[in-house]
Amino acid sequence: MRKNHFDLRAQPGFGLITLFTFFALYLPIAALVVYAFNASESLSVWGGFSTRWFVSAWNNDAVQDASIRSIVIALWASTLATLTATMAALATTRTRPYRGLTFKYALINQPLMVPEIVTAVALLIVFSRIKVWTGYSGLGYLVLAHTAFCIPFAYLPIRARLEGMDLTLERAAADLYATPWQTFRRVTLPLLRPGIIAGFMLSFVISLDDVVITEFVKSGGQDTLPTYMLGQLRRETTPEINAIATVFLALSVVLVMIFFFINRKRE
Amino acid sequence: MSAEQRQRAIEIRGVSRIYGEGEHRVTALSGVNLAIAENEFFTLLGPSGCGKTTLLRLIAGFDFPTDGEILLHGEDIAPLPPFKRHVNTVFQSYALFPHMTVAENISFGLQMLGRPKDEIKTRLDEMLELVHMTAMRNRQVNQISGGQQQRVALARALAPKPQVLLLDEPLSALDYKLRKEMQVELKRVQAETGITFIFVTHDQEEALTMSDRIAVMSNGEVRQVGTAREIYDQPSDRFVADFIGESNFLEGEVTTVSETSARVKLSSGVEIDASLPAGKTPSGKVTVVIRPEHASVGEPGPDHLNGTLEEAAYFGTDTHFHIRLDSGDLFTVREQNVRSVRDQHRKGERIAAHLGPSAAQILKDRS
Repeated sequence: MRKNHFDLRAQPGFGLITLFTFFALYLPIAALVVYAFNASESLSVWGGFSTRWFVSAWNNDAVQDASIRSIVIALWASTLATLTATMAALATTRTRPYRGLTFKYALINQPLMVPEIVTAVALLIVFSRIKVWTGYSGLGYLVLAHTAFCIPFAYLPIRARLEGMDLTLERAAADLYATPWQTFRRVTLPLLRPGIIAGFMLSFVISLDDVVITEFVKSGGQDTLPTYMLGQLRRETTPEINAIATVFLALSVVLVMIFFFINRKRE
Repeated sequence: MSAEQRQRAIEIRGVSRIYGEGEHRVTALSGVNLAIAENEFFTLLGPSGCGKTTLLRLIAGFDFPTDGEILLHGEDIAPLPPFKRHVNTVFQSYALFPHMTVAENISFGLQMLGRPKDEIKTRLDEMLELVHMTAMRNRQVNQISGGQQQRVALARALAPKPQVLLLDEPLSALDYKLRKEMQVELKRVQAETGITFIFVTHDQEEALTMSDRIAVMSNGEVRQVGTAREIYDQPSDRFVADFIGESNFLEGEVTTVSETSARVKLSSGVEIDASLPAGKTPSGKVTVVIRPEHASVGEPGPDHLNGTLEEAAYFGTDTHFHIRLDSGDLFTVREQNVRSVRDQHRKGERIAAHLGPSAAQILKDRS
């Protein structure tokens, strides 16, 4: 084969940089996973293999409590975000371009552009007022806050899917006596499903992972798993943290794989 | 029974479609009138951008006319959405639903109409039979070939028994051989179902071989409507003559007019007989059109189109003689090649085009 000098892979040092990048990305994660199985109480000194920290995390009421809360919030937030994002994506693609459309894109994707800490402080101020007025201090605030920053993550894959869809299909459905609602139910929605699933999973992971906004918005006793872990770091730390993070990691890998296989099957 | 006497399936009355406003105003269709009879295979023929697809979209309901009426069996359907018109479409890209099987695609229309299950099943079997796809009924549509997808698209559009079937260049994505097969197939299906077909194409050969009648369109207007033979032998204007087949155009002046023909004195001084255009008595300066195969090469003479042979191009089945007439015009004669006969004509040789009876046709427009 002739050497192509314009191929990036043929540039000197390419292999080295690649290796370095992979190490920088995965070495810390590998270390975290390895020390989750540490028998000793140290995060840095290896004391033999054990699964005790998984058992201890599982039996820790605070961890259980925070985990369930995290999942409940993530389910609600990603469901609401996906619904909103689907409607937004339909409204911004099933139309001719008009003045103000770019502004709407910006508005929908605003949480990606504004520093999270700004949103966090703003929500803290607004929600504390509402708490005083209504007396309600449940999980609703966290769900709402998470929904807001999950919307762009749900919106992007759904919009990508809609833009790739042949509009003639919807026309064909209408031609075959399907009302607009039937066209949506029988043609648009089924074809949109992979995008919706991707959007939902992405939102779920993003919500599960959030620290900054959650830390500001949560009331007392509303720790999610990430804020609980952050709190633990301030006290004595044991490989229990590693064990929780490892389970987290496994969960997200499984989610990504499920999504990958769903998409593969459809192609 | 002529097409005009049969009951009208579709009548287009003064339909215009204008896009944009002000400087960006584009007239896609202007004042189109057409009457398409029941059971007719009617073709809209024209170059891309002539408005044929726009007209089809207006009939299907994917777009609405700026002006005019579209009557389906006498009822104006122009303002109705597509799902309220008893008209179905075969799309250029087929637009089969990729998440459904062949059978689900074909049943879709009947399901949307809320027909009973057993009726849908019977009709589905009929349709699969009609397009020879029974063995493929449970396949996903991306698992079948382009030609088979075409058949499914046809069956899907025919299943709800539309009053009119619209076909938007349905054969353009197929290769030559498959296209020929599908042309025959479409004619057969039309004859078997008795449904009115409105067929859009830019392929003149396809239009000539398949259609009962053809409307030739250009620049958003219908230039001529007629049978394939009428369009080819008696093109009404220069655009039609130029677009369909090959043509020689000659300028001349009408000297005398009889009931069916006129004497035209060409610029070279030769007088020829030419047929009159429909609905118009010509006078003064006119253009006549002569098809290359309606003339033959021969000896120069006072009644013939004399000139010198510039080129003789051999095409196997026939030879094209390009003759530079004494008037300066280039004239093409097409002759079928017969094996035994004829000495070769040589370049630069004095030669003449002999016109057959009623070879010349006077055009409506003056060039």
